[in-house]
Amino acid sequence: MKNIIVIGNGMVGYKFCEKFVAAQTTGFTLTIFGEEPRPAYDRVHLSAYFEDENATKLEMAPASWYTENNINLITNNRIVDINKEAKTVTDQHNQQHTYDYLILATGSVPFVPPIKGVEKEGVFVYRTIEDLEGMIAYAKHINQIKPNGKAAILGGGLLGLEAGKAVMDMGLEPHVVEFAPKLMPRQLDARSSKVLQLKLESMGIHIHLSKATNQILGDEVITGMEFGEDDILETDMLIISAGIRPRDELGKSCGLKMGIRGGIEVNNRMQTSDPYIYAIGEVALYNQMIYGLVAPGYDMAHVAVQQILGHTDITMASDIDMSTKLKLIGVDVASFGTPFMPADKGLSIIFENKTQFLYKRINVSLDGKKLLGGIMVGDAADYSMLHQIYLNGMAIPEDPAQLILPASEGGGLLGDIMDLPDEAQVCSCESVSKGQICNTIETGAATDLAGVVSCTKAGTGCGGCKPMVKDLTEATLKSLGIEVKDHICEHFDFNRQELYSLIQVKGYETFNEVLDNHGNGGHGCEICKPVIASLMATIHADTANKEYAIQDSNDRFLANIQRNGTYSVVPRVPGGEITPDKLIALGEIAKKYDLYTKITGGVRIDLFGATLNQLPLIWKELISHGFESGHAYGKSLRTVKTCVGSTWCRYGMDESVSFGIELENRYRGIRAPHKIKGGVSGCIRECAEARGKDFGLIAVEGGWNLYVGGNGGANPRHAELLAEQIDNQTVIKYLDRYLMFYMRTAKPLQRTAAWQERLDGGMAYLKEVIIEDKLGIAADLEAEMQTLVNKFECEWTQAVNNPEMMKRFNHFVNSKEEDDNLVFVPMREQKMPQQWQ
Amino acid sequence: METFLSKYTKTAPAEVTTWFKAASVNDFPKDGGACVKYKDKQIAVFNFERLNQWFACQNLCPHKLEMVLSRGMIGDHQGIPKVACPLHKKTFSLESGENLNGDLPAIATYPVKIEAGFVYIGFSD
Repeated sequence: MKNIIVIGNGMVGYKFCEKFVAAQTTGFTLTIFGEEPRPAYDRVHLSAYFEDENATKLEMAPASWYTENNINLITNNRIVDINKEAKTVTDQHNQQHTYDYLILATGSVPFVPPIKGVEKEGVFVYRTIEDLEGMIAYAKHINQIKPNGKAAILGGGLLGLEAGKAVMDMGLEPHVVEFAPKLMPRQLDARSSKVLQLKLESMGIHIHLSKATNQILGDEVITGMEFGEDDILETDMLIISAGIRPRDELGKSCGLKMGIRGGIEVNNRMQTSDPYIYAIGEVALYNQMIYGLVAPGYDMAHVAVQQILGHTDITMASDIDMSTKLKLIGVDVASFGTPFMPADKGLSIIFENKTQFLYKRINVSLDGKKLLGGIMVGDAADYSMLHQIYLNGMAIPEDPAQLILPASEGGGLLGDIMDLPDEAQVCSCESVSKGQICNTIETGAATDLAGVVSCTKAGTGCGGCKPMVKDLTEATLKSLGIEVKDHICEHFDFNRQELYSLIQVKGYETFNEVLDNHGNGGHGCEICKPVIASLMATIHADTANKEYAIQDSNDRFLANIQRNGTYSVVPRVPGGEITPDKLIALGEIAKKYDLYTKITGGVRIDLFGATLNQLPLIWKELISHGFESGHAYGKSLRTVKTCVGSTWCRYGMDESVSFGIELENRYRGIRAPHKIKGGVSGCIRECAEARGKDFGLIAVEGGWNLYVGGNGGANPRHAELLAEQIDNQTVIKYLDRYLMFYMRTAKPLQRTAAWQERLDGGMAYLKEVIIEDKLGIAADLEAEMQTLVNKFECEWTQAVNNPEMMKRFNHFVNSKEEDDNLVFVPMREQKMPQQWQ
Repeated sequence: METFLSKYTKTAPAEVTTWFKAASVNDFPKDGGACVKYKDKQIAVFNFERLNQWFACQNLCPHKLEMVLSRGMIGDHQGIPKVACPLHKKTFSLESGENLNGDLPAIATYPVKIEAGFVYIGFSD
């Protein structure tokens, strides 16, 4: 058994462990020491800690991961000495540990320039979670003692700018101070720095360039920075982010060969001058350079693991790609290859648009045939492709400007992704080539994107290559003539639209008829059953009572199932208009059945905590007070939200409530691929938030503006304008056509926004179909919708009046008892389900 | 909480000591389920008419420990009869009880027999 000891549990030290575990080797014990109190975390995304102060989220892997993989993780313990001859290390508690191989992954420390006064209170460095905690506490302290506090950041590199955003979020006025005449001096040229500076200043970050700090002012506490005699910046806090220095003390004290300006020298096997000691990451001096990026550090970890395991042919590349792409405070910044180009080595093409904070520069060889490097600020969408063209020396267009010009200017000619050579590295975190990705599909090992990702691990690191992996997957599938399947599930070789036509043409009325005639011989599942139930409802106006066993969870019991298996009840309140009597009835019913009561996001009243047995009793009472089902449980019309409109509002242009009620009553109960919400606003102030709905109306001079395809949710989208200044009848005509067209052609569980986005031809095509009737189907669509409107029936009224239908609302088939497993606890004068876990 | 789960153990036909007469076959939906109360247990019973078979399992979903499985949709995954929990669509084999789309613990299944129009569930206690 051989002992490997890793000193330093940072990102690269962790990566060494990960690569070691992946090699699945035996005969070694692995111990890793970290001086910080917690296991390795993602320092690259450290500024995310400012947002939620959640350190666990940043962890590379939890402490349990080390245990599970038989790695001995020792945190909070610093190694203070190495004895090369005895092959031992000594920790801070004076304990000795013997090794066969030693890995130095001690990383770096922030460089603190020797400026007079850096020891003053309020001066911080930016490196560890503890540093951040100190900064957050100090910023709170400043905010308490004075308004408009200021914070300066020394260093205009990547970390410094992120720190600038972070202090701004803490409520302080940020000032970034840089010694060089430009920002991010290692990545950007002067012009791109200027574009980035303008953008950052527009966001409220002050930038001071070409400033050499003479001293830090203040008695014990920092009050400012002095640059020249009369050049002073007042500040309450200073964060130093002026670069890094390798943490190489251990190497120096034990006599390893060091670089002149620090760093432990390594060869291309990552060995130091002692063959049993390796150095990786920011402590290692390779090619006389310290590499402050995580990707080369990961490569070094990989090489060290392979060398120790005897794969001595795996060595570090002699040229290290320093290309980077990042999103800095929401602004894309990228640089690759040789970003700055002396005029005698190549030619530059520059595109700059300061009004939109855009800058793109590419450098090409003197003969114009090769891409040598470039810089992008504001939009780096094409970075991956340009980077690949550079890495693989691929041919570029005769006019290279086409690589960076907008498509409207004759640009956008990046070439086909399949032209990349097979060895092109697509995912640099996991070292996956284009050839490997295409191969998993060509050999049948994977048939879709998820399969490619699980086979190759591409895209599981930083995720930057995901769009490229997706494009490659799709292009390869296409090249094999494989159509990307959109069958609804394993039981049918049809998509939703094809099943729609089959049911309509053949007139099927039950799930089994469809399954027996067009299924694959199986028995259905929780995916195809609700899809066909929804199609039956759209085609025959069936309610969910007809074939209740194929309905989805909520439709089956005409209520929304909640966390503990009880239900919530939402009666329809069209347009949000309700009489005091009805409001009182709701309150009394809620009280009688002890229901938790809340106003919903769709401005209705939701009653929670009803048991299955109570549902019909509650609905009988609601119906007797004139309520009907609100279909809150269905993939169907929910609400049409309205503002108060011209009946009461002094700004109103039209009666939004009246029209909202009319529309809600027209489309109530119809079932669609997904839920549908509407909104009607009486003027452009848009109080009903109509553009956030599947359909929205805004009253303007001369009629209504009709918007379609909006939604809130995880990907909020504004609805788009379909028609302007139209009257009530035209709104209904267009909406009938639009909704029916959506119900016919969308995929299962596809909201209107997603459907519209993927519609070939986009809004222009939609207008042709809906307004100009290009397909000649408008009359059919209107007639189908009118049939649904005419056949509407409240399914709760239908259910409570039919004893056979009522049978399903019992918790037990052999007892009238209720579920005895339910436990509620009090909360703010109401109740909630007890938490089990 | 653990006591909920430990109440239910997979019972093989050979282990049955009690056949509990639950309800008439007509009380169960076709190709769907309903819940049967037996002592302090809740048992989900499914009439899988397309297969001409009946299945029984615990009503308790092991995911969030709620008594809901009888209200789930049934179907098959590559020929294995299954039920999908109505809360988060976790699916379980109605034969082995195994979780088919995750690594939740298996649910307990029980034998079912039909005699003279009545549904009987087999227990070993």
